[in-house]
Amino acid sequence: MSCCGPGANYDEVDEVSRLVAGKLAAFLATLRDNGFAVGLQEGQDAASLMVAGYAARAALLRSAFKHLFSARKSDWDAFDGIFDAFWLGKRLRSRSITVGSAKAANNPSLKSLPNHAAELRPGSESAMDQVPSGDDGPEDRSGEGRMEGASRADNIAEVDFRKFTDPAQIEEAHAAAARLAKVMRTRLTRRDLARRRGYRLDLRRTIHGNISHGGVPITLVKRQRKQKPLRLVMLLDASGSMSMYTSVFLRFIHGVLDQFRQAEAFLFHTRLAHVSDAMKEKDAGRALDRLSILAQGAGGGTKIGESLQTFNRWHAARVIHSRTCVMIVSDGYETGDAALLGREMAALGRRCRRIVWLNPMMAWQGYAPEAAGIKAALPHVDLYAPANTLQSLTALEPYLARL
Amino acid sequence: MEAVVQDRNEIAERLAAAGYIADGELATAISLMQMLKRPLLLEGEAGVGKTEVAKALAAVHSTELIRLQCYEGLDQSAALYEWNYQRQLLAIQAHRGEAAEGIEDQIFSEKYLLERPLLAAIRRTKPPVLLIDEIDRADDEFEAFLLELLSDFQVSIPELGTIKAVTIPHVVLTSNGTRELSDALRRRCLYHYVDYPDADREARIIMARIAGAGASLSLQIARMVEAIRKEELRKVPGVAETLDWAAALVGIDVRDLHDAPETVHETLMCLLKTHEDKSRVTREVTERLLGKVA
Repeated sequence: MSCCGPGANYDEVDEVSRLVAGKLAAFLATLRDNGFAVGLQEGQDAASLMVAGYAARAALLRSAFKHLFSARKSDWDAFDGIFDAFWLGKRLRSRSITVGSAKAANNPSLKSLPNHAAELRPGSESAMDQVPSGDDGPEDRSGEGRMEGASRADNIAEVDFRKFTDPAQIEEAHAAAARLAKVMRTRLTRRDLARRRGYRLDLRRTIHGNISHGGVPITLVKRQRKQKPLRLVMLLDASGSMSMYTSVFLRFIHGVLDQFRQAEAFLFHTRLAHVSDAMKEKDAGRALDRLSILAQGAGGGTKIGESLQTFNRWHAARVIHSRTCVMIVSDGYETGDAALLGREMAALGRRCRRIVWLNPMMAWQGYAPEAAGIKAALPHVDLYAPANTLQSLTALEPYLARL
Repeated sequence: MEAVVQDRNEIAERLAAAGYIADGELATAISLMQMLKRPLLLEGEAGVGKTEVAKALAAVHSTELIRLQCYEGLDQSAALYEWNYQRQLLAIQAHRGEAAEGIEDQIFSEKYLLERPLLAAIRRTKPPVLLIDEIDRADDEFEAFLLELLSDFQVSIPELGTIKAVTIPHVVLTSNGTRELSDALRRRCLYHYVDYPDADREARIIMARIAGAGASLSLQIARMVEAIRKEELRKVPGVAETLDWAAALVGIDVRDLHDAPETVHETLMCLLKTHEDKSRVTREVTERLLGKVA
């Protein structure tokens, strides 16, 4: 790009600068697609950097842009790859989105999971969590008119998530999960407010406030300890063995993130993905679509231990404070190192207030925590609960309120 | 382009002269800071030398370093300005009986204003380096307030009027990542992730800081620390710990780590700061790690 020298005539300069501007705009779009927060000001600064001479050498430009556009560690790590792919045409090793490459066909949407799951495993096994109707066959579960005088919502509350097959029913369960999240938030915050009470005298402020009285302390200023709102950090197992539960929990998490001011969500299978930003999308369907890109596993299996290690190393300090409850939703089938899982659970336990482990399989008949993973993790868990029905999710709320 | 490269090299040289051994990218960040007039946000593990960058920057510009240490509950009166209430009260008592207006003019004058770091930074005639340390420890509300100050560089004090910045300070923010910073603040800043230095750079840091540390010993120490960082530890030693350890070894007069494995193991307390880590790095582990250090 050194062609903008004094020798070039104006038309050429115009042409070149238009090309460069177009290319730069496309690069900014690529960065935005990859989750970078890039605004207009950054674009202008980038252009001025290129004019100032940074464009002369790729390494120089990369380093300058990296500082300008990155806003966090994950950006910092991903930037070089995206830059090389875009400007130098190198192939990306990790999965990033470049313009036009996100084909819907290659990214199966998470929204299709429930149907998918139904094909994999026709709901048949246990009779633990069914509507008390005496009728066990999932096929003729019409849902309506079966329980006289009871609302349909009650009916749904006790049905195992994996037994939903009808799309309308699934939608209803999802909506109920979102509603539940909302109710939880309202109750929890109200309790929080009632607890506030000032207890210490702020002398400096008192003197300040009473200058108008000539310094006689008539009105006292008190100090309140700021009550930290409860923060929920959710880690959801999105591996194959959990597939029939993933979608409904995603909806629940979406509701929680929408309602709680302080909540963070992570997905894991063989690696950990921070999904709070993707879940901030107001529309649940679109949010799930954005997730489907993140949620694809690199292969089979669940590496809970490794995912927790990543969490402890890179995210825990940031997202966990003294009033944090970490909620892990997983069946505990660890395909990695179970000892590592135990160690990382211990490290996590030192950091946060409570660890809740929700295991949808727990309510299955004959289920016992025999898998090496869950065995290693259980000693560090404060609450181990089933979570296969809406009712069991509701039962969590009083527990969370006590934190 | 030549000017840009020259600018970068010059900054790297001046940083080195100030005793800070920087990687190439940091020099770019600092030259960008000047060019775009944006604050620099440094993130990284505790102990990688984030605060040192600001100190070195102050030395490079040969200017004053003004530091604001953030903590939970930090508010405007501790960060920006405050009236000296006690003196104001005394003045009111002393001038009792005089016209109220006269007293008011007097007690709300510069004389009774307590300058806190942020106000101090924008009122210096020579642009200082303003270090806002551990911004993640301050509350969200303070962060929003800071954002406003960093974009306008002016402060309004109701009793005195608006104070505009005399000069724009070089602002460096550091964060340990104990809390997620707002996107708005992140976007305003240039970002630089400070990582642990590689062995060569750490060796040069040791040589620059510890008098009497030879080239070969420094490199050995740096390689040893690099190996220890790869062990699974609860608290990974930072550069400051490395320097402590190097100073200890030089003080005991160790010339070569392989000559004194006992001393090496016993002085590891400079690096390992928890009981768990201490018990994990046993004598055998020390010897294994020493074996890796050529």
